[in-house]
This record gives sequence, structure tokens and C-alpha cells, in this order.
Amino acid sequence: MTFGRTLRTAALITAVATLASTAALAQKKYDTGATDTEIKIGNIMPYSGPASAYGIIGKTEEAYFKMINDKGGINGRKIVYVTYDDGYSPPKAVEQVRKLVESDEVLAVFNPLGTPSNTAIQKYLNAKKIPQLFVATGATKWNDPKNFPWTMGWQPSYQSEAQIYAKWLMKEKPDAKVAILYQNDDFGKDYLKGTKDGFGAKAASTIILEESYEVSEPSIDGHIVKIKAANPDVLLIYTTPKFGAQTIKKTAELGWKPLQIITNVSASVGSVMKPAGFEASQDVLSAAYAKDGADPRWANDAGMKKWAEFLDKYMPGADKTDSSVVYGYGAAQTLVKALEQCGDDLTRANLMKQAASLKDFEPDTLLPGVKINTGPSDFAPISQLQMQRFKGEKWEQFGDIMNGDVAPE
Amino acid sequence: MSAVEDVVTEAPAVEAVPKRAMTLGTGTSVVVLLLLLAVPVFAKNFVIFQLTQLLYLGLAVLALNILTGGSGQFSLGQSAFYGIGAYITAVMMEQFNIPYFLCLPVAGALCFGVGFLFGQPALRLSGVYLALATFALATAMPQLLKLNFLEKWTGGVQGLVVTKPDAPFGLKMSQDMWLYYFTLVVVLAIYIFSVNLLRSRSGRAFMAIRDNEIAASAMGVNVALYKTLAFGVSAGITGVAGGLSAIAVQFVAPDSFTITLAIQLFLGMVVGGVGWLPGSIVGAAFIIFVPNIAEGISKGLSGAVFGVLLFLVIYLVPHGARQVAILGQQLAGKLRKN
Repeated sequence: MTFGRTLRTAALITAVATLASTAALAQKKYDTGATDTEIKIGNIMPYSGPASAYGIIGKTEEAYFKMINDKGGINGRKIVYVTYDDGYSPPKAVEQVRKLVESDEVLAVFNPLGTPSNTAIQKYLNAKKIPQLFVATGATKWNDPKNFPWTMGWQPSYQSEAQIYAKWLMKEKPDAKVAILYQNDDFGKDYLKGTKDGFGAKAASTIILEESYEVSEPSIDGHIVKIKAANPDVLLIYTTPKFGAQTIKKTAELGWKPLQIITNVSASVGSVMKPAGFEASQDVLSAAYAKDGADPRWANDAGMKKWAEFLDKYMPGADKTDSSVVYGYGAAQTLVKALEQCGDDLTRANLMKQAASLKDFEPDTLLPGVKINTGPSDFAPISQLQMQRFKGEKWEQFGDIMNGDVAPE
Repeated sequence: MSAVEDVVTEAPAVEAVPKRAMTLGTGTSVVVLLLLLAVPVFAKNFVIFQLTQLLYLGLAVLALNILTGGSGQFSLGQSAFYGIGAYITAVMMEQFNIPYFLCLPVAGALCFGVGFLFGQPALRLSGVYLALATFALATAMPQLLKLNFLEKWTGGVQGLVVTKPDAPFGLKMSQDMWLYYFTLVVVLAIYIFSVNLLRSRSGRAFMAIRDNEIAASAMGVNVALYKTLAFGVSAGITGVAGGLSAIAVQFVAPDSFTITLAIQLFLGMVVGGVGWLPGSIVGAAFIIFVPNIAEGISKGLSGAVFGVLLFLVIYLVPHGARQVAILGQQLAGKLRKN
């Protein structure tokens, strides 16, 4: 009897407690930068300076958020997007981000561009516990939730991409003799490391030559001649666009036709394949994760139709062949998704939690099958790519979507 | 026509500034100092950070002012010394755990050495040719900082993250505020040193060289020594400014010290008034705040807006803040008479 009553009391208490906690969950929770009517998001972009070509990403995002606001916002809240110019200079990036945080009081800093600028602000934002969300750089170090729980990447890292090349080669060309040409900086070295990790135990026997060049060299023809002398049958071109074009051109001039794979960074038709010569570029391989806005293949694609409509209405006159327009759209869509998942709990901690619980999310502009997945220990949203081959005057994707999840050191 | 005649007939590159006109009066100095001391108490941390930026960039402009306004030599390579100073401070603090206040004198001394050595070519070059030589130094610096064999200290392209110091002695002060006062003390000390330097025998020698090199050498001034000395002092002060920037920004990377920075410092000096030391702070304010204002007016055309504003300043007050100050003084004088 007594026992029964205790049990009943306990049950009642539990029930009340559960009710209370549900009520607490339904309550609106805000951090600085979020209110009943708006969500303030900050951003820095190089609108001026050496990397100003990327400034279009910021403009695309601004236009995308305007479209979202016109459609009623996120759970009834409008996005206020504050974007500043950092001129690709790290000290300026620090100044502008501090302005965003301390003067504009934003909820989160979204898609800041450039490895140096992001490195400069990472410590500050993590110390202040402010999300540094979906950063616009391919360095591998952004996927480090243990040390930097407030920083998250977006695009596939250079190392994931390189791993995918190694995996593909091991499957398709198991006895390949591989030569690697890489830029002697963090960008090239990330690719080099990814390739070696991808080959694993076979790395030593497969890679017969690693040749590096300095970004300051006017021409890399000498390196190509040297590589050819080693007689590899696969050439991995881990370069920035200018040198990518030089490499493809020079191999053709030498009448040498190894299997060439070029980084996604340098897979631009306009700035690499065309200057290198379409004839020389035939059958060069690369990998992609996003659709090409200029490719007629996507004319009837539901996602790209939405993208085109958005451009016509909110960015009339935008260059559809510019991959930055595709990029900005996809990144902005990912942020909107994470904010939607937050519901009425718009705290910084919850925003990070929701960003880290994206499941099979497919932005309109990613290749079919490439999905965004994140988790408490996986801060690399996109880690899938598909191989592509240059045919005629454009890239053609082939084969399966491949995974290249890379954990930081 | 001989080389000597060339020099004699050439108009002086820098307008002669009497040394009295190079500084502020005592009353004004006290008011400015009180303002600088009081503002942080009422300001947000971000504003304090911007003021700290103002101080150390002002210091870098001051250093250029000593070189150009004082000894009449041009330099577009100040970003190189600034970068060396920043890197020395960052590497010492992070890799060798040396306290920040000890790093700054080292940065200053080493930059003095580098500047003194680089000043040697200054003996052979003058005017635009010297500017070009220093320009080469500024262009080379970001790449030198990326060099492989330095990478284990400098972090290569990735740069180096610096830990911001806390206020000492358990002072209840934010890191930003402490750093502001620390920077203020350093900047004041160097400002007083500079004023005294220019009023001293060495300062007179600098100015004699600026006004007429041949006359100076005829008077017995060791032209070679004083020219290199001016270079060294300027580089040393710039190095300290760079060191302060590394601590305040908490990050150094090769891309922070490009030629753009050198041009900004040059611009700051011209806007502040060549040869007028207090103008350095005004010049620094111009290069920090005006781009932000320009961006506020138009994001896409921020560069153009900045250009227009700069053009207006140079057109309306070609001697920069100094001219404004003199006008203000005359106006005050008239009012007093009335």
C-alpha cells in the first residue's frame, strides 16, 4: 500500500517534470544576434584586393538571404546579413570580425573566406564561443571539433579530394607509376598528404616522383620536362589555375600523354582548360561536388532551375559560368537549413549543434548523390566527390559518388 | 652637366619644415594625452582594439615621418620592417615563451640593424630611385617569410597564432584595455624620444641633409652616417610597431605584410602632414577609418570612393593635417584678438 502510493507519487512527479521540461523546450531561447523578428549573421569577404574575384560569393549570399526574407524568413524571422570587406588581409579580417561581434552583435560568423583570414579569427571566435560556420576554404584543419568546437568547414577538403584520386587510381589502375606535381605551400602539401594517405601502404611503391614548385616561379616547364624523364604513366597536377594550364599545355607540347588528374580548384573551363587548349585538355580527369552553372546538362534539373530563377530575379546580369555564384548559393542554403532546424532555440550552442546534425541534406547546386552529413565528431559537411573527364569543351562526370572523409591530425 | 650641378639645381624633394613646427605645444599635448588616457574607460572593447590599432599604426607612420620628414629619404619598404618586427615578436612569444614586453626591444633592435644595413644603398640612391629600391624589399618580404627553412619557426604560409597577454598584477582590466595602455606607454616613450631626437644634434644633421646635402656635408655633417642612421632608427621604430600589431591582432602571416601596407603607411604620412610628427596619428586614423567609411558608402565601389576621398584631401589640404592644425591655430589667434 505504502509502496504503491510512493510509486504513484513518483510517477506523478516524473510526469510533471516531463511536462515542465517540454514546456521549457518550447520556450524561445536567444543569444545575442537573434530576436523574435530577426537573426543577425555576419560575414567577411575579400571585396577588394588580390582575391576580390571571390567577392561575388558574398553578394550571392546576400541576394539569397533577401530571397528567403521575401518568402517570409526562417520560422518568421528575417535574416540580417552584415558583410564586410577584409581585402584578404588577416589583420583587417580580425578588425572586421571584431566589429561584427562586438559592435554589430551578430549571432554567428558565416562563410568567411580564405585560409589566412580564417586562421586569424579562429582563436578569437572560439574563445568567445561564437560559431565560425561553414568557412570558405578547403584546408583540412577546419574539421577539428575537439580543439575548435565553434569552427566548421563546408566544401570538401583538399585532403579528401586527393584521397579520392588515390582510391580511384588503386581501383582503376592498380599498377600505376604516379608522379605528383604540387605547389610548395599548405595547399599543395594538403593534397600530397591526402594522396599518400589514400594509397596507404602502397604509397611508396606507387609514387615514383614528387616534384614541387614555388608559386613565385614564372613558368614550370622545367619541372614538367624533369617529370617526363622519370617516365610515369600518371601525373597528378596539384596546382593553382595558372600553373594547371601551363602543365596541360606543356605535356601536350612535349607530345607526352600520361593520365592527368587536375585539382578541382584548377578545373575551371574558362581559366584553365581553354588557355591550355581544348585539344590538349581532352581526357584530363578531375573531381567535382557541385553542378556547373554553364552546363546545358542541368537545364532541366529541378535544383538548377531554382538556382537560375533566383539569379534572374535577385541577381540579374550575374555570370552563370562563374562557379562562385553556384558556391554562394549552396553555402547560403546550408546555413538556412541549419537555422531552420534550430527552431525557436536560437542560441549559439544550438546553432552549432544543429549544424553538426545535418543528415543527407542536398542543396540545389550539388551533384546528384552528393549529400551533406555532419555529426558531433564530423565537422566536414561535404566530403563526397565524383570523378569527371574533360570531353570536347566541358566536363563529364562518370562513375560513383566517392567518399573521402578525413579526420584532422 | 655634372652630377653635382644636378643635385644643386634639383628642387628639394621634401618641403623644409622648421623643427619647432614638428611638434605640438605643451597645452595641446596635455589635452591629447588626457583624451587618450580617458577614452578606453568609456569605450567598448572593439573600439579599444581600434584605438590600439590607431596607436601602433600611428607609430609606424611616425617612423616613416622621421625618415622622410626628417632626413628627406623616401621609403616604400616600411612593410618589410613592420613584418620583421611582427614576426620576431610572434616567434619569440610563441616558440620560445619569452614575455611580450621583452620581445619588443629585441624586435626594435634587430630591425634597427636590418634598416641600418639596408641604409647602405641609400647612400648611392636618392629620391624616386631609393623609393624603388625599398619597394623591392617590400615585394620580397612576404615570399621570404614563406621560406622553407624558416618554416618550423614562422609556420610558413599558415602563419603563427599569438596568445594575447592578460593584465598583470591581477589588475581587473580586459586584455584589450591592458594592451591599449601598454601600447600607449610604448608609443609615448618613442614619441618623446623622436621629438628629442629631431631637436638634438642628430636631428639637425638629418634636416640639414634633407634641405641640402652638399651644404650639409660642407658644414661637416657625416652624410653617409646620418643617412643610414635615419634609416636604422626608422626601421627600428617600425619594427616595434609591427611587434605591437602582432600582439594586438594575435596572428602573423606573410599576407599581412604586403606592399599594400607600405603604401598605406606612406599615405598616412602624407595625409598627416610630412614632417609633422603629431600628424602621424591623424594619418593612421585616415588609413584605418576612411576605408571603412568608403565601404559604408558603396561596397562594390569602396576602392573608388576611397580614391575620391583621398583626392579631395590632397586637393583641399595638400599639407595634410598639419595645414588644418595651422589654420585652426590662426583662427584661434584671431578669435583671441577680437
